[in-house]
Amino acid sequence: MTEFQGRAEGARSAHTEEAKLDIHEYQAKELLANFGVATPRGAVAYSPDQAVYCATELGGWHWAVKAQVHSGGRGKAGGVKLCKTYNEVRAAANEMLGKHLVTNQTGPEGKVVQRIYVEVAEPFEREIYLGFVLDRKVERVRIIASRFGGMEIEEIAKEHPEEILQVVVEPAVGLQAFEAREIAFGLGLNLKQVSRAVATMLGCYRAFRDLDATMVEINPLVVTKDDRVLALDAKMSFDDNALFRRSSVADMRDHSQEDPREVQAAEHNLNYVGLDGDIGCIVNGAGLAMATMDMIKYAGGSPANFLDVGGGASPERVAAAFRLVLSDRNVKAILVNVFAGINRCDWVAEGVVQACRSLDVNVPLVVRLAGTNYEAGRDIIEKSGLPIISADTLANAAQAAVTAASGAGKQARAS
Amino acid sequence: MSILIDENSRVLIQGFTGDKGTFHAKEMIACGTKVVGGVTPGKGGATHLGLPVFNTVKEAVRATGATTSITFVAPAFCADAIMEAADAGIQLVCSITDGIPAQDMMRVKRYLLRYNRERRTLMVGPNCAGIISPGKAMLGIMPSNIYKQGSVGIVSRSGTLGYEAAAQLKELGLGVSTSVGIGGDPINGSSFLDHLILFERDPETEAVMMIGEIGGPQEAEAAAWIQKNMTKPVVGYVAGLTAPKGRRMGHAGAIISATGDSAAEKAEIMKSYGLAVAPSPSELGATMAKVLAERGGARAH
Repeated sequence: MTEFQGRAEGARSAHTEEAKLDIHEYQAKELLANFGVATPRGAVAYSPDQAVYCATELGGWHWAVKAQVHSGGRGKAGGVKLCKTYNEVRAAANEMLGKHLVTNQTGPEGKVVQRIYVEVAEPFEREIYLGFVLDRKVERVRIIASRFGGMEIEEIAKEHPEEILQVVVEPAVGLQAFEAREIAFGLGLNLKQVSRAVATMLGCYRAFRDLDATMVEINPLVVTKDDRVLALDAKMSFDDNALFRRSSVADMRDHSQEDPREVQAAEHNLNYVGLDGDIGCIVNGAGLAMATMDMIKYAGGSPANFLDVGGGASPERVAAAFRLVLSDRNVKAILVNVFAGINRCDWVAEGVVQACRSLDVNVPLVVRLAGTNYEAGRDIIEKSGLPIISADTLANAAQAAVTAASGAGKQARAS
Repeated sequence: MSILIDENSRVLIQGFTGDKGTFHAKEMIACGTKVVGGVTPGKGGATHLGLPVFNTVKEAVRATGATTSITFVAPAFCADAIMEAADAGIQLVCSITDGIPAQDMMRVKRYLLRYNRERRTLMVGPNCAGIISPGKAMLGIMPSNIYKQGSVGIVSRSGTLGYEAAAQLKELGLGVSTSVGIGGDPINGSSFLDHLILFERDPETEAVMMIGEIGGPQEAEAAAWIQKNMTKPVVGYVAGLTAPKGRRMGHAGAIISATGDSAAEKAEIMKSYGLAVAPSPSELGATMAKVLAERGGARAH
């Protein structure tokens, strides 16, 4: 499968892309089934023995054994095996469980497989693509469908846009049956199949709306010889901001599928994304954080992370930010850039000084404070007697951090 | 003049009696903002900071003649508060709240459309620093002392990067007519374009600084409009050249996203439409100063 690894994906940030919760395929199928979406029979297993037991209980002649990881492209990465005997089920489960599955969406480190889904394999005639997404351009839910489901859907969208059917749902009334019918007929389905596809679409839309999803994707939606319409795969993402009212969805979070540092950051209400540079960044505000990273790049350096400490950065939060940044072994210098509005620079400075005293900050530290009470903040830093480099402007701060990081690098190599 | 707010704007604070509402109400009043009261359901009839508290926005509007509101309401209840303000006839509602569910914002935007254009509420935010017309009024949470009164309009997605721009301008002796933070959420109440239109009409604004971010179609749409319709110079910047990749599952997002989402692409689009793009975030002020000098100098020094 070829993904849009380039522009589209690279252009998402922690700030502008809604923070979201992903769930596993089997969980998505369970949720969608509650809304009347038909799926093949299946069961989740945590061990090879359980997998075989699932297959015997489910019945049938063939089974698909599927690695449960938060990623697409599993088939090509060896995460989906078609099995004809119980022994094959056992072997497939044995091979997948505990491994890191590397797909073209996971990055080189892959994602650990701790659960597998055993599903009765249904022979099918056709594969359809069906997606629901919150489209920020029109600020509504957009439905995307194509009669060419399967792995190459993004290629088809690019090369043959006429093969992509789209409906934008009016939020005041929700998806109407006629809109779903138009899509179903447009996909070239027969009458029996149309009514089942319409039920699937209406169910997906209700699940999207009622569970505060940001994405529901069924790829492929298959049509069987006897005109049944089944969700063979299912992916759902949810709006983090709405989890307070969707506790059953929030409980589906699987930390093993997330970057441990991002999990740690979320516990302290920090917004952190790890990168591969060597200058750790602690900044308030996502826009300023991105600008600070840009400035480091212009100064010839490379940022180790994106970290937005947000408003009201208490000493505890600043200390948590330092711990996070220092947990990255590549970090050779730290740049703190705070432009205080709700924050006060004297509080932030106290936090920095406390963090330096309680933690082992063994890399050069550059601090730039601006905005509310900046004089008091700089005073606290100066009087602390700590080896902190103070900077007055964004440009000077970035330059100082880059110089410090390269100096530290040389020292480390020399010793 | 200025846009959106000035010394005559009659401001209501939704979520008035909470900690944040109280703290920022004091700050806004200290800036000269005409705060006329607040709304906290269940506390109607009380007096807070010497001002009346109401149960509903409608009552507050009737009693005070407020035309503008700002919400310091928890994310779970904020969409409700915004729609209440719109229904009560508030013309401008600014929402500072961070963390409103996306589908709530989708419904808010749909709700605002139920009124015809003349009666329609303009929403700024959510998840923004608010609006300031230096020397006149503030409807937000920014540090007011970094702004000098003047003739440059600022419209920015990011709050703190907007501060950075204002501070750089002040350092060079340049002032601001109005600064608006449109917010960092995927669905905003108003866009760059909405505010550029207002800046173009405002006689006090001589030039505008537009500070974007990666993701979304807004900056490109605004840049195209600027080339066609704007007589005033616009300086652009897009943060996020080195921004991290987001996690993505599935294809749906990629299928609907057009090209031109990255910072480099957006900066190119801005240049192609004739905007002066600041080469780095530390040169926002300097780029504006250069553009104004080429135009024959700014009035407000």
